[in-house]
Amino acid sequence: MSPLHPVEMGQISPIFGKLNWDSIPFDEPLPLVSSAVVAIAILSILGWVWKKGLFPYLWKEWITSVDHKRIGVMYCVLAAVMLLRGFSDALLMRSQQAIAYMNPGYLPPDHYDQIFSAHGTIMIFFVAMTFMIGLMNFALPLQLGVRDVAFPTLNSVSFWLTASGALLLNISLVVGEFAKTGWVVYPPLSELRFSPGVGVDYYLWAIQISGVGTLLSGVNLVTTILKMRAPGMGYTRMPMFCWTSLAANLLIVAAFPILTATLAMLTLDRYLGFHFFTNEAGGNQMMFVNLIWAWGHPEVYILILPAFGIFSEVVSTFSGKPLFGYRSMIAATMVICILSFMVWLHHFFTMGAGADVNGFFGITTMIIAVPTGVKVFNWLFTMYGGRIRFTSMMLWSLGFMVTFVIGGMTGVLLAVPPADFVLHNSLFLVAHFHNVVIGGVLFGAFAGLTYWWPKAFGFTLDERWGKRAFWFWIVGFYVAFMPLYVLGLMGMTRRLGHYDVAAWHPWLIAAAVGAVLIAIGIACQIVMIYVSIRDRERLADTSGDPWDGRTLEWITTSPPPPFNFAVLPNVQGEEAYWDIKSRALEKKQLSDRPEYEHFEMPHNSPTGIVTAFFATVMGFALIWHIWWMVILGFLGAWATFVVFAWRDEAEYEVPAEEARRRDAERRRAKAILLGLPEDSVA
Amino acid sequence: MSAQAAARHGGHGHGGGDPNHLGHGDTPISEQGPASKRIVVAYGFWIFLLSDFIMFSGFFAAYAVLVGETAGGPGGRDLFELPLVAGETALLLLSSFACGMAGIAMHARSIKWFQVAMAATALLGAGFLALELYEFLHLIGEGAGPGRSAFLSAFFALVGCHGVHVALGLAWLTTMMAQVWTKGFREDIDRRIACFMLFWHALDIIWVALFTVVYLLGAGAAT
Amino acid sequence: MSERDMEMESDHETGDSAPGESDEHDGASVAIQVRNYLVGLGLATVLTAASFWAAGTGLIYGPGIPVALIALAVAQMGIHLVFFLHITTGPDNSNNVLALAFGVLIVGLVLIGTIWIMNHLDHNLMPMGEMMRMQR
Repeated sequence: MSPLHPVEMGQISPIFGKLNWDSIPFDEPLPLVSSAVVAIAILSILGWVWKKGLFPYLWKEWITSVDHKRIGVMYCVLAAVMLLRGFSDALLMRSQQAIAYMNPGYLPPDHYDQIFSAHGTIMIFFVAMTFMIGLMNFALPLQLGVRDVAFPTLNSVSFWLTASGALLLNISLVVGEFAKTGWVVYPPLSELRFSPGVGVDYYLWAIQISGVGTLLSGVNLVTTILKMRAPGMGYTRMPMFCWTSLAANLLIVAAFPILTATLAMLTLDRYLGFHFFTNEAGGNQMMFVNLIWAWGHPEVYILILPAFGIFSEVVSTFSGKPLFGYRSMIAATMVICILSFMVWLHHFFTMGAGADVNGFFGITTMIIAVPTGVKVFNWLFTMYGGRIRFTSMMLWSLGFMVTFVIGGMTGVLLAVPPADFVLHNSLFLVAHFHNVVIGGVLFGAFAGLTYWWPKAFGFTLDERWGKRAFWFWIVGFYVAFMPLYVLGLMGMTRRLGHYDVAAWHPWLIAAAVGAVLIAIGIACQIVMIYVSIRDRERLADTSGDPWDGRTLEWITTSPPPPFNFAVLPNVQGEEAYWDIKSRALEKKQLSDRPEYEHFEMPHNSPTGIVTAFFATVMGFALIWHIWWMVILGFLGAWATFVVFAWRDEAEYEVPAEEARRRDAERRRAKAILLGLPEDSVA
Repeated sequence: MSAQAAARHGGHGHGGGDPNHLGHGDTPISEQGPASKRIVVAYGFWIFLLSDFIMFSGFFAAYAVLVGETAGGPGGRDLFELPLVAGETALLLLSSFACGMAGIAMHARSIKWFQVAMAATALLGAGFLALELYEFLHLIGEGAGPGRSAFLSAFFALVGCHGVHVALGLAWLTTMMAQVWTKGFREDIDRRIACFMLFWHALDIIWVALFTVVYLLGAGAAT
Repeated sequence: MSERDMEMESDHETGDSAPGESDEHDGASVAIQVRNYLVGLGLATVLTAASFWAAGTGLIYGPGIPVALIALAVAQMGIHLVFFLHITTGPDNSNNVLALAFGVLIVGLVLIGTIWIMNHLDHNLMPMGEMMRMQR
């Protein structure tokens, strides 16, 4: 047997499992100090909330809320917080590599390896995905013209499970360690024999728990889009964002189970001595690589497709034109959805497969560029001849189009198997995927946040700081990542802690400067939020339609009532709200006042947070082999569901009078917006 | 009539009146507004089941890759006892049938027959689980546990994953019996029962794939 | 008529149905519904018996057995889908069938893709693989 970690030698206490005082890394000041700072910050915020007496408000209005808008906002807050965590990891790596020429730098390898693993895990699962799911949650029911998602309470459960995963990942900073294997934990390195600590276990359980949340949220949103649309909204009348979200959520439903199965196999290897991916007894490491990328490739489209949808909305709105080639856009989206399941081998061309396999997957990968190209041309033609307003959202979209095309083209280079043999695992690859993920997903998230912010809070974001943030981000991005392409071609592999090639050094210093520029961009965004909240009177959106929008979310007030629409809108064309607006302007009056009826809305429920509490307990217990606590956590989660199922009152009634009152407010705002006489509101 | 149902009957909205003639019959399903809760819930669960099938496909794929990797240990032909598997199959099939009977009893609003049929479903399911447990313990006792070879790892994971589903199904089933016991048939309970039935039948479908691919192909002439 | 029946009635009019719901249960008597399940059970039993028989028999040409078994399994899954899960080709079921088709497509891609890829794993490393096999 190989030498094992002392904790592995059988000192597992029945009460504390593998957990003991050695688990806290007192010898590594950096994570301890930073997490102490974070802990103090969190405690002081909680203390302030407590002192202000805001806790009941938070509990009632946010934590137990099943309102898709609130849940969407909470997803985005979680993503923003995790972006700060993931970005500090990035700064650490960039500074380490800028320093560590001919010297070990300031980060010991043990710590450095955890940083790059955590950076990837956080950025993909808890920033990019979380932002996208948050925005879909917020905007989809509004765009579809309905009152909530298909399963509101399940939505809350999904969110809190995602938060549990994020929490577990952050606990690993202080108690124990995180994986040192990279963000996709390839065996055999991630097997017990070579990673005897709890790092990989933290990864496994954090991702499994949040993965369940993601899967449930995918099921929820697919059902919402396919079964819950306003009357008249046929499939080919849905806004583009709904279509791309449908594709993304179908991919979640189809891809995440594969991740669950793959990680379950690795878990069985590590916990029960199975031999799926071990070196001995016939295990096959390449099968892990195969299976995880069968999830991993669709995953990148799960991230980018909603972003495509956001850009479609933004470009069309700010060009003042309907989206060019709406139907071709739908076709392109669905083609990408299916094709994304036929390319996964391009992540491991170099594993030794024959020319047939590599050739097939190389070609399918290149074919994906075709529908993506269709989309880019559609956006360009949407802008062509339009009256473009260059808001910060439009800047993000233009920045995206340029950057993403560059990233896409380097992707096609990597899709050529012989070229991939040279570039595999080099910084060229790192530059490529940051190019598409930052230039695509993150820019999309920022555009979407700015676009829907007034809908969520009733005031727009400050444009001056928004534009500053954009310029720092995009310049910072190019300064940080273009050098990595060069370094990749020079032969620098990824994940190097230190190096002794003089030619690399200047490029890595440039990359570090780029990271600092991005940091300034993030600072601008924080200032932007602060300034916007301070000046919310000046930035107020009283009309509910600050951008002259075309889709249904702009027909209701900002922020919308909990039930979104007093009466479900009646859709008659591709651009539901634009049609209604045009008709009102033509007739010089708003549509007739509808008949208001009472309807039902779901009660708030603590099911989500309580389930997540037990899931966190169970995850932590599993990581540390505290078996009694595992059982307790499982039973707790089960009991929560049973209690939830036992309730008799699932919904409350919104009386017709309330619907009428809220709709009168909305109609008054719309009359002012459209310059119609007050009496048209009647 | 609920407000949602009213919405589907048209006659509201900003256009006023019924400009699209959203009456019944001539409007395509996709333009009739939100579906009823019963359809939404069952459809959502259906999507979840499909994702479950895809998870199983991961385990099936792993089994197919590792089936030859016996590491010098026993293979399928040495281990599998087809009479036992036939027994398991019969129990699960009958359980699925009994579950269907429970569904009919629910539609007929007969609590007594519902409980009888559900109890039969549970007993047959538990019998299946007991046989599977016996098989697993027997194999482990013979030194053919999951740690013996990659083939056995894949076998235990695949069959065990199905077993875990059955066990969770049993927990769900008893919860549903208790709910009907205390609250009778109610709309939300009906919806959950409908989902449970989908789940239970789906497990039988997976078992068909399982006994064919793992046991029959493994024990038979083919390798 | 209960509220639920009314809802089902109106769903029936709109031409949409939930997965797992038979078309005829609002009209059909309990006896007819039970009969349908019995037919399903009978067919499934026959197919299962045929599978077990085919696996053990010497009557079928050896290499044909896996093909026969897989065909029988697919047939039986179809029986389950139609008689127990009530998935039909009717227009009211199109959404359910489409979702199922998507699921089957992904299952197929994962299975075929994985098996194909993993069988080609050491295509470029053949001599080494050969060597290891000889050393064993």
